Amino acid sequence: MNTLDFDQGNTIIRTKDLSVAYGEKTAVSKISMEIERNTVTAFIGPSGCGKSTFLRSLNRMNDLIPSCRVTGSIEIDGIEINDSNVNIEGLRQLVGMVFQRANPFFKSIYENIALAPRYHGIRSKAELDEIVEQSLRKAALWDEVKDRLKESALALSGGQQQRLCIARAIAMQPSILLLDEPASALDPISTMKVEELISELKDEYTIVIVTHNLHQAARISDKTAFFLMGELIEMNETSILFTSPAQKQTEDYITGKFG
Amino acid sequence: MNRQGSDGMTMIEKNVGRQQHRLARDKSYLQSKLLKPNKKQSLENFFGKAIAMSCAALLLIAVISIIYFIASKGLSTFFVNQVSIVDFLTGLKWDPEGEPALFGAFSFILGSFLVTVLAALVAAPLGIGAAIFMNEIYPTFGKKFVKPVIELLVGIPSVVYGYVGLTVLVPFIRERFEVLGFSLLAGGLVLALMILPTITSVATDAIEAVPQDMRNAARALGATRWQTIWHVVLHGALPGCLTAIVLGMARAFGEALAVQMVIGNTSKLPESIFDPISTLTSAITLNMGNTIQGTAYNNALWSLALLLLLMSLFFIMILRILGRKKLDNR
Amino acid sequence: MRAKTIDRIATYVLTGIAVLIIAVLVGLLGFILTNGWHKLTFDFITSPPDLLKAGGGVGPQLFNSLYLLVLTMLISLPLGLGAGIYMAEYAPNNRITQSIRLCIEVLSSLPSIVVGLFGLLVFVTMTGWGYSLMSGALALTVFNLPLLVRISEDAIRNVPKSQKEASFALGISKWRTVVTVLLPAALPGIVTGAILASGRVFGEAAALLFTAGMSSPDLIFHDFNLDSPTSPLNPFRPAETLAVHIWKVNTEGLTPDARDVADGAAAILVLAVLLFNLGARWFGTWLFKKMTSVTR
Repeated sequence: MNTLDFDQGNTIIRTKDLSVAYGEKTAVSKISMEIERNTVTAFIGPSGCGKSTFLRSLNRMNDLIPSCRVTGSIEIDGIEINDSNVNIEGLRQLVGMVFQRANPFFKSIYENIALAPRYHGIRSKAELDEIVEQSLRKAALWDEVKDRLKESALALSGGQQQRLCIARAIAMQPSILLLDEPASALDPISTMKVEELISELKDEYTIVIVTHNLHQAARISDKTAFFLMGELIEMNETSILFTSPAQKQTEDYITGKFG
Repeated sequence: MNRQGSDGMTMIEKNVGRQQHRLARDKSYLQSKLLKPNKKQSLENFFGKAIAMSCAALLLIAVISIIYFIASKGLSTFFVNQVSIVDFLTGLKWDPEGEPALFGAFSFILGSFLVTVLAALVAAPLGIGAAIFMNEIYPTFGKKFVKPVIELLVGIPSVVYGYVGLTVLVPFIRERFEVLGFSLLAGGLVLALMILPTITSVATDAIEAVPQDMRNAARALGATRWQTIWHVVLHGALPGCLTAIVLGMARAFGEALAVQMVIGNTSKLPESIFDPISTLTSAITLNMGNTIQGTAYNNALWSLALLLLLMSLFFIMILRILGRKKLDNR
Repeated sequence: MRAKTIDRIATYVLTGIAVLIIAVLVGLLGFILTNGWHKLTFDFITSPPDLLKAGGGVGPQLFNSLYLLVLTMLISLPLGLGAGIYMAEYAPNNRITQSIRLCIEVLSSLPSIVVGLFGLLVFVTMTGWGYSLMSGALALTVFNLPLLVRISEDAIRNVPKSQKEASFALGISKWRTVVTVLLPAALPGIVTGAILASGRVFGEAAALLFTAGMSSPDLIFHDFNLDSPTSPLNPFRPAETLAVHIWKVNTEGLTPDARDVADGAAAILVLAVLLFNLGARWFGTWLFKKMTSVTR
């Protein structure tokens, strides 16, 4: 019992020499990283630094781009996800994703959330109702929408739409949530709500968030990774990275010399 | 903090135990999802794609079989009934039931070209003029009122155009010019009216697509509105406007009933614009139902249809070339 | 100074053209509607035609037009949708795709009389059905398909990419994404386009002369036996449509009140086109609003 290796057991995502290229252009080069279970990890860096590309390779969303080539390894709980025997739909069910711009389906609020669970095999109406309610509650949206579940999701405000997208991802019971600048298109109050939500979700999910807002990274994350020109410059505990960065480039970036 | 718990385990041991348990459960959950075979989905994906693909393949099949059947019927005039192709295309006498039967289709071919050109000559300036008006001169009125009306008229059935031609245009020509009335002129005008909405609406799109910056630049250099339209807008929209005209001509060339109702249908060559004529389509329409399949007469009608088909392929070729031009211009 | 004068003249000329066109086109619509208005009685639109006497109606023709429209849409809509899905979502960028695109162009610019002749050969003679509603519907499908493919392809392509991304990120397969996410979002565009296409089908005549035929049996409207030649629903009976009827009474010249009948029938056709147009606009907007609660 005493020999339990916490480091080994707690790592949920491990990449090794991961590179992503679009045609001739390399977007991410040779990134090795470990992400621990039930933590919030923030990716920061100037735009075009490869942080979003890296994030999208974690649930193989880059597969959608024909010219995109991924090399190196990504393991989730020791399973290489780029292997051909991996069920890509199961992968995406485990690794939920929320995008920069809220993208609710052109459907009712209820349908937005029930669509994926139903597809993944839950047929009973009662069970779906339960999932919809639970997901909306977890996303702190239930009280605002419980009387209008049948209304179109596009009638919600931008902040509500983004929380709906989080609820939609949660409804699949994922283990990992990837958030790609989820608050960049939101007003300050909605941003605050989304941030609070992220902190609460940490207990149940492993969260990886891309953000260009350094304060946001400092506020909500346990660990922060700094990307520059497709490379991982530095990754450390957030408190350490922001107070005493090891690399000159990191320091320049967080003190606002560029970016 | 090695306080003794009630069941004999330390708190740390308990915590570790719980953590380990959760980890193990989580791990098996993750792995089961990741490695679950998804036969059902891939089967569904496969069939979905196959169905969609076969619908698309149907388009290929349709075109190939249309060309095959019309060609095989149309060519039998020359290969089975031994009519010379040159005689067919240039012969002036059409007497399929005579002795010997004569299959000179030149007057039909000429008639088709004449009405089409006449229709384009009338409709092109009007249609492009209207398109300019709608975009450059009075856009608010143009987009709110003229455009919907034009779009509506694209959908009016061609028999209705033919019928109006028959009841208004033909009597008008007859009284005004003291001729028969059924004429090349009537056919051309009916077709012009019919293709006018098509030309206008395609030309409008082309003119709309000319970037506003180019107009502003010309106006900033002191060009008048007309100079801007003539040198900048029309220049930029030229391939689009030509596309509009060719589309209209293709439609006019293939139109059957509207034309047939007003042109008088004689196989004599016209001497003036007021003379009655025949076209490829009108000859087919009038006689296909009255001839027996397999006879030389019937086959000759299919040859006319083959000519129509070839012409419409020709129009498509021109449209494709124009389309490529349009892309180059961008 | 000269440039300004030319500019003024050009403005006058262009305005003149626009006014002329509107006058002619409005005059045309007005002419048809006012001429045919008095014929639009219940009796006229329900009673059978009379070939040799005055006073016949267009009941069977109107019914045939509508029934043929329904049959055509039943056949061509699924096919058009399927091909549209393929072109929008699956078609790789290669020779075959290019040739399918060429085929769409060829089909859509084919003269309708040629389509009718193809129908005569394949759907009338080779199948042995003779002049029939089914042959007509198949010919009209050939005529209608390219338009529907284009409409559904465009509508699917116009769905924002983020919708597809969201669905894939939820682990939903490509086909299900198409069916449950993209198609519903594309529905307003498809419906609008399909209604407009219906207007075109409703007024088509040349493709039907030698497929659905130029005669209609005396229909017995309470005869629901699909095999009976007088049953209105029998898809294998000949069926002259309204548009064909206008052409026929005018060219045959047997009916003494041909002008009257044609006036009425033309008015019905034009009214139908108006209805289809307004209906498409209104219904499309309504559907879009209902689905998105966004006013466009």
